[in-house]
Amino acid sequence: MTVLVNKESRVVVQGITGSQGTFHATQCMEYGTQIVAGVTPGKGGQSALDGKVPIFDTVKEAVAKTKANVSLIFVPPPFAADAIMEAADAGVDLAVCVTEGIPTFDMMKAFNYVKKTSTRLIGPNCPGIISPGEAKIGIMPGHVHLQGRVGVVSRSGTLTYEAVGQLTSLGIGQSTCIGIGGDPIIGTNFTDVMKLFNEDPNTDGVIMIGEIGGSAEDEAAVWIKENMTKPVVGFIAGQTAPPGKRMGHAGAIIAGGKGTAAEKMKIMSECGIHVVKSPADMGAKMKEVLGL
Amino acid sequence: MLPRAEWGATKRRIPLKIHEYQAKQVLAEYGVPVPQSGVATTPEQAVKVAEEIGGELWVVKAQIHAGGRGKGGGVKLARSLDEVRQHAEAILGMMLVTHQTGPEGKEVLTVLVESGQNIDRELYFGMVIDRATSKPVVMASKEGGMEIEEVAASNPDAILKEYVDFEFGLTPFQARKLAFGLGLKGKEVGQAVKLFMGAYQAFVNSDASLLEVNPLMVSKEGQVIALDAKMNFDDNALYRQKKIEAMRDLTEEDAREIEASKYDLNFIKLDGNVGCMVNGAGLAMSTMDIIKLAGAEPANFLDVGGGATEERVEVAFKLILEDEAVQAVLINIFGGIVRCDMIARGVIEAAKKVGVEVPVVVRLEGTNAEEGLKLLEESGLGLIPVQGLAAAAERVAGVVKGDN
Repeated sequence: MTVLVNKESRVVVQGITGSQGTFHATQCMEYGTQIVAGVTPGKGGQSALDGKVPIFDTVKEAVAKTKANVSLIFVPPPFAADAIMEAADAGVDLAVCVTEGIPTFDMMKAFNYVKKTSTRLIGPNCPGIISPGEAKIGIMPGHVHLQGRVGVVSRSGTLTYEAVGQLTSLGIGQSTCIGIGGDPIIGTNFTDVMKLFNEDPNTDGVIMIGEIGGSAEDEAAVWIKENMTKPVVGFIAGQTAPPGKRMGHAGAIIAGGKGTAAEKMKIMSECGIHVVKSPADMGAKMKEVLGL
Repeated sequence: MLPRAEWGATKRRIPLKIHEYQAKQVLAEYGVPVPQSGVATTPEQAVKVAEEIGGELWVVKAQIHAGGRGKGGGVKLARSLDEVRQHAEAILGMMLVTHQTGPEGKEVLTVLVESGQNIDRELYFGMVIDRATSKPVVMASKEGGMEIEEVAASNPDAILKEYVDFEFGLTPFQARKLAFGLGLKGKEVGQAVKLFMGAYQAFVNSDASLLEVNPLMVSKEGQVIALDAKMNFDDNALYRQKKIEAMRDLTEEDAREIEASKYDLNFIKLDGNVGCMVNGAGLAMSTMDIIKLAGAEPANFLDVGGGATEERVEVAFKLILEDEAVQAVLINIFGGIVRCDMIARGVIEAAKKVGVEVPVVVRLEGTNAEEGLKLLEESGLGLIPVQGLAAAAERVAGVVKGDN
C-alpha cells in the first residue's frame, strides 16, 4: 500500500506525442509504470512509444478502451487547463499536471470544475508523484528513490529530489513522494496530502518541504497539530529571500510582510513539526525522529 | 516544472507591473471614473496638459512603479500653471526615494497631470487572488490612503472582503455589500457598485493578479472616483494580453533580470558576494539559505531551469560575474534525469568561454555525478568539485572568508 498510486495504476498520458510527453512517458514506462494510453487530439488510432501505447483523440475514449484511472498531463500552458477538465470529465481518479505557466484564471476555472467531480488533481507546475518500486507518474529521476516507509511532500521539484536523495543515502526508503506544485492555485495542498499519509499504514513519517509565500504550510501545521499521529520533519525554502521579489515559483513571494520563512517555521515548530534550518539536514532529522 | 521555453511559450518570468496612468486607462475602458488627466515628459508638456484640462487645481504625480510616491515628494498639488511647471521641473529627472525603491531611488521620466479634486473621503478598494480559497477576493476599507498592509495588521476588521465565485463573477449584491459597508449613501452607492463591477471585469479580462485603487475618493460633490490605481498582471497570460504587454516599461526593470528572462533564467540580484547557479526554484532558494547558514551571503537567486544546457550556464555565468561584489560562485545542480557528465561539460565549456577568474565550487548530484566531478577536476579551470550540499556551502563560504 502506498498513497494514491501503485503498481495497479493505469496511466493515460495527455500530450504524449510532444517531446516532453514522449521523453517522460518513456522514462515512466521504463520505471515500471503501466502507461496504457496516450491522448493527442487528431492522432487517435496511431500509436506512441515505439508502438507500445495506443493514442486516442479524447481522454474519455482512452479511459473506456484501456481502463486508465490516472492521467499524466504534458499539454502546453494555453491548453493545459482544458486538458485537466477533460481528464476530470473522463472520470480518472487522479490527474497529475506537470505543465508550468498556466494562466491563473484558466487554472481557477479548472480548479472549480475538478472540485465538482470525483477526480483529484495534483499540480500544476509540479514534478508529479512516485511510489518507489511501484509507479512513477511524473518527471522525477526514479533512480534516486528507494522503496520504504517515509512520505515526502513538497512545493518544488529539485528540492524534493534533494530530500529524497538524502533519505536514500541514509538507507531510508520512501512510501510515496508528491510534488504539489509551485503555483498559487493547485489541486492538492499540504493538508490534503498529510491526511493521506496519516491514514496510510505503510507511512511512518513525513518530510514536508514548503517555501515562502501564501499560508498553506501554516494551515497544514495546524491540522498536523490536531490530527497527525506520525512525526513530521519540515523545511521552508527562502529564509534569505527579500520581500516583494518572486523567487521562481509564482507562489514564492513575500508580499505585505506575509509568508516569510521565519513566520512559517515558527508556526510549524509550535505545532510540533521537527523543523530544520538547513536543507542539508532533512534526511538526518527524519532518521533521528524515527529512531533509525 | 519544465521550462516554458520548451513548451514553446513566452519566456518572460518577471511579473508585469504598469504605471498609474496606464492602470487608469485600463480601468476607464471598463467605465471606472478617473480624474481628467494627461502624461508629460517635459515641464512644457505638463503645462500644456494642465491648460487642456482647465480648472484651477492640478496634481502633478511622478510615474514610477514603486509605491509611497507622495511621502517621497513625487506628488504635488499645483494652484496655478506656474506651479504645474515648477513641480514638473522638480519631479522630472529626480531620483525618487520611497520605501519600495531602495535607498538609491528611481529616476522619474514621466509625470501624470490630473485635475485636482474636492476630496471629502478617501477609501480603499482592491482585489487579489486568494490562494487559500483559490478565488478572487475583493476588498474595501474606510481607511483609504494608508498602506493596506498596515490596516490589515493593526485593524483587520476594518477591511471588508467579498470572495468571488469565479463562475459567476462579482455579483451586484456583493458590490452593494461593500458599498454599504463603506458607509456610502444615496447616489454614491450606485456609482460605487458600477465602479466595483467594472473594475472586476477589468481585472479578469486583462488577466490581472492585483488591482488597487487607493484612495478611492468620494468628492464633496458626491462623485466616486478612482484617484490612484495600481495593477499587476499574470505573466503566464501575457501571450493573450498584447495590449497589456505593450505597456511594459523596461526602464523600471533590472537590466540583468531582463537579460536572464530572455534565456528563461530566473535571476534576482541580492547584496552578498557568493554567486549562485542552481537548477530549480526551491533548490535555488535553499542554496541561498545554506550559504547564509555557512556564514556567507548570497549575491543572487538564479534558477537555470531543469535543462542547465551549456548556453544557459554560459549566460548564467556572465550574469553572475557582471556583479563586481561576487568573490566566489557556487554551482548546485541536482541532475535528476539529465546526466551530470553532460552538465559538467556545459559548465566547463561555459567557464572557458566566459573566462571565470573567481573560485567556482561545483556540487553535482544525480546520474553520473562522479564522472561529472572528475571532468571538472581534470578541466584545469580551477573548478572545485564538492560532494553534498552542506559541504559545498561550507567550502564556498570558506573561500570568501579566506579560509581556503
